[in-house]
Amino acid sequence: MTDQTDTAPGYDRGKVIREGIRDGIPIGLGYFVVAFSLGIAAKIAGLTPLEGFIASLLNNASAGEYAAFTLMAANASYVEMAIVTLITNARYLLMSTALSQRFSPKTGTLHRVLVGFDVTDELFGIAIARPGMVDPFYSYGAFIPALAGWSTGTALGIVMGNVLPGRAVSALSVALFGMFLAIIIPPARENRVVLGCVIVSFAASLLFSVVPLFASWSAGTRTIILTVVISSVAALLFPVSDDKLEQ
Amino acid sequence: MQHSIPIYIAVMSVVTLSVKILPLTLIRKPINNRFIRSFLYYVPYVTLAVMTFPAIVQATDAPVAGAVALVVGIVAAWNGASLFQVAAACCALVFVLELILV
Repeated sequence: MTDQTDTAPGYDRGKVIREGIRDGIPIGLGYFVVAFSLGIAAKIAGLTPLEGFIASLLNNASAGEYAAFTLMAANASYVEMAIVTLITNARYLLMSTALSQRFSPKTGTLHRVLVGFDVTDELFGIAIARPGMVDPFYSYGAFIPALAGWSTGTALGIVMGNVLPGRAVSALSVALFGMFLAIIIPPARENRVVLGCVIVSFAASLLFSVVPLFASWSAGTRTIILTVVISSVAALLFPVSDDKLEQ
Repeated sequence: MQHSIPIYIAVMSVVTLSVKILPLTLIRKPINNRFIRSFLYYVPYVTLAVMTFPAIVQATDAPVAGAVALVVGIVAAWNGASLFQVAAACCALVFVLELILV
């Protein structure tokens, strides 16, 4: 592994930032479309465009924000908001932990905080896909189109959501779920245990939404309980080998 | 009681940013507990799967359109379509199906 620091000979910080921007543009475009449908959920929860912009700037997290806006619409407690946000974003604990193993020991705390600020499935993916140590400046470049697309998309979804025809809103409302499928299905194809987890999760979620006892719980509570139970059982029955976690 | 949206946003932001920033900043060694590592490995897939179904079927005006979008989204992602392509395909499909169904 090479240690990429700004003092290394031949290192061109501007070039690295431009590479990050280039790789971040398709991500930002995809985020814009998905964030637009997230904005529709935010509008239902009563957020103004500015509030949606700020929420998305500080929480670049599709599932977490969608769950949070649903809770706001249901007038949930702040404690429930904190727990559901923690659970729906728990995967970033793993990604942030994985990134910590790919940082040069020389990288200072400020760079770690700034790179951590915008850990997402896609930005994490392109950062660790590069050889060697993670270069914070590559990530900063990628953050620019990603955050711009995500935040303005959310604000525009709030502004435009109610001027769009009903059938357009209905169609856009599945964009988020499409994004979730694009995240969970490729690993499920590669790993039978993940595939099993997805199938069990679908079935259990359906069961919990129709059985009266469980259906009376909030969607957030059902998500927490199912996630903890199914992931724990999977971890006990099928502990993951270390080399798999490095991927 | 009615809750405040700015406080909601503050709570979710503090939690999200802590989750993203603290491990990267504080952990300088690998986590050795195999159960915790395995649990964290499975969490994203389980959470997203639970949130996707049956919600996708309930989100559309015609439940059949949402169900077809689910199947097509799975097939597209299985065959390597990008995040943007899967999301766009699901939207386009629901739009066209509901022109016929609704």
